[in-house]
Parts: sequence; C-alpha cells; structure tokens
Amino acid sequence: MTAIGKIWERFAWERAVVPLVILVAWEAVSRSGLLPAALLPPPTVVLHAWGDWVFGFDETAQANSGRWFADALSSAMRVAAGYAIAAASGILLGIAIGWWRWVERTVEPTIQMLRPVPPVSWIPVAIIWFGIANKPAIFLVFLGAFFPILMNTIHGVKTADRNLIRAAAMMGATEQQLLRHVVFPAALPSIFAGLRIGIGAAWMLTVTAEMVAVKSGLGYVLWDSYYFLRYDLVLAAMASIGLLGYATDGLIKLLMSVALHWQHGSTLQSREG
Amino acid sequence: MASIEMKNITKIFRDAKRKRDLLAIDDVSLSVEPNQFLCLLGSSGCGKSTLLNMIAGFEKPTGGSVTVGGKPVDGPGADRGMVFQQANLMPWLPVWENVAFHLRLKGWRKADRRAAAQEYIDMVGLRGFENHFPAELSGGMSQRVGIARALLLNPQVILMDEPFAALDAQTKMDMQEELVAIWQKQRCTIVFVTHSVDEALVLGTQVAVLTSRPGRVRELIDLDLPRPRDITSQQFNDHKRHILNLIREEGMQQRKETKPDSVAASRQGAAA
Ligand SMILES: Nc1ncnc2c1ncn2[C@@H]1O[C@H](COP(=O)(O)OP(=O)(O)OP(=O)(O)O)[C@@H](O)[C@H]1O
Ligand SMILES: [Mg+2]
Repeated sequence: MTAIGKIWERFAWERAVVPLVILVAWEAVSRSGLLPAALLPPPTVVLHAWGDWVFGFDETAQANSGRWFADALSSAMRVAAGYAIAAASGILLGIAIGWWRWVERTVEPTIQMLRPVPPVSWIPVAIIWFGIANKPAIFLVFLGAFFPILMNTIHGVKTADRNLIRAAAMMGATEQQLLRHVVFPAALPSIFAGLRIGIGAAWMLTVTAEMVAVKSGLGYVLWDSYYFLRYDLVLAAMASIGLLGYATDGLIKLLMSVALHWQHGSTLQSREG
Repeated sequence: MASIEMKNITKIFRDAKRKRDLLAIDDVSLSVEPNQFLCLLGSSGCGKSTLLNMIAGFEKPTGGSVTVGGKPVDGPGADRGMVFQQANLMPWLPVWENVAFHLRLKGWRKADRRAAAQEYIDMVGLRGFENHFPAELSGGMSQRVGIARALLLNPQVILMDEPFAALDAQTKMDMQEELVAIWQKQRCTIVFVTHSVDEALVLGTQVAVLTSRPGRVRELIDLDLPRPRDITSQQFNDHKRHILNLIREEGMQQRKETKPDSVAASRQGAAA
C-alpha cells in the first residue's frame, strides 16, 4: 500500500464519514425545495460563497470577497491575546490558590462569585470600558477562558501526590523548587484539561464579541451577513469558526502530547492512535 | 557522622472522621550510635513507617523528641536520605533524572547530572533503563531507583522503609550485599524497616523488635555476628529463634486482647 493510502486509512476515513453524510443529506434536503433556497442554501452554494470570500474570484461574497484571511486573522489574534492572558494568569493564580491556604481564603470567595456571571453579560461593561475595538473582545475571551483554566489548575495542585512532595522535600527542595519541580508538573495533566476547555470558550466569546462590539472578524461577517439575508455566508462563517476552533484545539492537543509524553503507556488515553 | 536520638516518642493520629484517636507509637526511646545499622522489626501496622517518618521530619511526634546529630528534627532535609515504602518517583522524569533530582535542585547542568546519576544507576543494576519513565518500570525496579536516589544524596543517615520487599530472592540478596558494602564504605547510619527476621539478622548491627499496635520497643538486640553473615550458623539461628519467640508471644497477647482497636482507643484516653 502506498504511503498516502496508509495515511488515508489511518486518519481520514473515520473522521470524514460523519461530515460527509451530513453534507450529502443537507444538499439533498436543500435541493428538494422543502425550504426556500435562500433560507437553507445547499453546501455547494455555501462552498461557492466561501470560496469567493477566501479567494475573491467572482464577488459572490460582495464586500467580503477575498477578505477571509484578514477576517480569520483578526479573530484569531483576539483569541490568541485573550487566551494567552487567561492561561498565564489562570495557571499562576491557580497554583497560588491550590498551594497557599491564605491565598485561597482571601481570593477564592470573590472568584467563586464572579465565576457564575456569564462572560456575555460583561459586554455592556466591556464596551463602556474599552470602546468598540479589539479590547472588549480580548477581555471577553479572557473571561471565558480564565475560569476553566483556573479551576482545573487548582484541582491539579490540590490532588498532587503528597508523597512526591515529601520525596522532593527529602532531597532538600525549597518551597519555590517544590512548586516548580513537583507541583507544576504534577498538575500539568489537569492544567491541560482546563486549557482545552478554555480554547472552546475563547472562540465562542470572540465570535460573540464580534457580533456586538467589534467591526471585523468572522463573527462580524456572520452577523452582518445575517442582516443582508446572506445565509450562505452565515453558514460559511460558522464553518470557518468550527474549523479554526478544531485546528487550535488540535494544536493544544499536540502540545499536550509533547508535554505529557511521560504518560504514554500509563493511561487509558495513551491507547489512542 | 550522626547519631539518632529518640526520647519517649508517642504518636497519636487524630481521626476526626471516625471521632477516635489512634495511638500508633507509645513511648519509644531508641538511640542509634553513628555508623550503626538498626533494623526495625515489627508486624504490619505497628508504626514502623510512622517512626521513620518522624526521623525524616515528615511527621511530628505527639510527645517526646527526635534529634539527629544532636540537632532536633524540624522538617525533612537532604542530610537524611529516605527510601520510601512506595517508590514515590516523579512520573514525568526518566530514571536518570529521578536519581539525580537532588542535583537538579542544586542547579547542576544536565550533562553533569547525567554523569553523576550513572554511578548510582549501575550500583542498583539498572543500566540500560536510564531513559525509561517510572510507568515503564516494574515495582522492584522503581524501588531500586528510589534507593539510587537516596544514595546519591550521600547522606549521614539513610532511612529505608522495606526497600527490598518487592524484589525477588536473588536480587534481594544482591541488593543486601550491596547495601552492606555501601554502608561500610560511606560509614553512614542506617535505620532499616523490615518485617523479615532473616533480613534484619543479615543486615543489622542492632535489631529493635516492636510490639503490635501501639508500637513499643519489645526488645533491642545487639548483633555481634561476623560479616558476611552466615544464615546457617549456630549464632544466627539462636538469634532467630529468640526473635521468633518474641513475635509469637506478642501474637498470643494480641489474640487475648479481643478488640485491639478499642483497647488502643481506651489507652489514648489515658495518654491524652
Ligand atoms: N496519616 C495517618 N493518619 C492516620 N493514621 C495513620 C496515618 N499513618 C499511619 N496511621 C496509622 O498508624 C498505624 C501505623 O502505621 P504505619 O504506616 O507506621 O505502619 P507500618 O508499621 O509501617 O506497617 P506496614 O508494615 O504495613 O507498612 C496504622 O494503624 C495506621 O493506620
Ligand atoms: Mg510501613
């Protein structure tokens, strides 16, 4: 068998089945005339509009023609900025809360009160504080990603094996060394769980923010196309967001498999191909 | 060189959940001279690990004091190397990094750490497994990594909690010989927990036989046997017979006291 054949066999086939079935069924329903074509454009039409949005060959996407990369990039930058801030602060604060009782006592109640407030409900405040631009979107992304990362980090620190800490203390570790060389790596599997939940929330909130508080990005195109009844572009925007979300999650999974390579062979997950 | 002094140690574990306290150690006094090899012999649950943990500084005695080299113990430190009952290796580090963890803490460069670890890896017979992760090791192999890690500290005091329990007979004998050689060479003080009478007699210069819960020193026996120990010799067997008799008496006493837990609980009433 050729190398490409092998790769197809290992990766593509199972993954492609469900999307293909959905696409074919959708095309059939949409061409059957059950719904007006404008309300449920078939995949081929969506693909056409999407193609023009990306490559700008025939102005199907009108003002958006050829602007996909710019839109995707501005959304991605917002995700990256908000997510990076959330990851750094969530991990650091999470370790502090998990490790020092007094930090937990002082900040945890506040955090637990802020946590149930849906990030979306911060939009008005975010617009007042930051105006209409990148900042409110980044702020929302931060809010969405911060709490899952924080909670999982705390959990990871608190469930770290006490015996490993004892072993390190026996070898003369200072508190700072314990945190860096034992607690952090011990919490890492849990931290990554939080990072993966966080990235989903990050995309969700960029798009939300772009629909309301920003005038660029995939979410903006989505909402704008809705006003102009361009459901083909709405669907193309949804698919773009899905794809980018999937790709970033894949990136984090890759990072995780590198950072947690020591788990190979010891966990159920490591059986995955 | 350091001596270990335990004076009137008691240890009560407060069990908030079951509303009952447990007297684990009851008035143990032991003093270990420098360069001695003390074996703690006792049944499961009699408080051997607890005693070791107090010398290591992981647990504080409820009453009494522990000093090592004249200084009271207040917390763990690299002057007392401990081999844990469960190996307790960092699962994210390969074997050699686990062995050299102490050097990592001291800020040594990677190449130096790697070189320093090799001697100890060879010593415990793990050459070829340097880059394996703990999840890829057998129980006995993990245990040997734990031993190498403690030896690399080159400590004055080595505390070992049933380190050879998971090893096969041949490896166990090799490791016992190796340990005696290291002890003779480094002139350190060793406290070695075991529940094998033979092992205690093969290794120790002293054997402390502990009673079952609560742990007390039943008898401290000085072993003046030539090394390497001959397990078929008359003297060896005299000691063995004596110790087995102690253990048998102990067992009979336990059975007479029908409910050992409630007895322990009522004793604490008096202690507390
Ligand atoms: N952290 C703890 N909290 C409460 N009770 C404890 C704790 N550690 C030990 N104990 C109790 O103290 C007693 C002595 O335990 P220890 O681990 O010292 O026994 P051991 O002699 O090492 O036994 P083994 O040979 O099985 O390892 C046991 O009854 C145990 O239940
Ligand atoms: Mg024990």
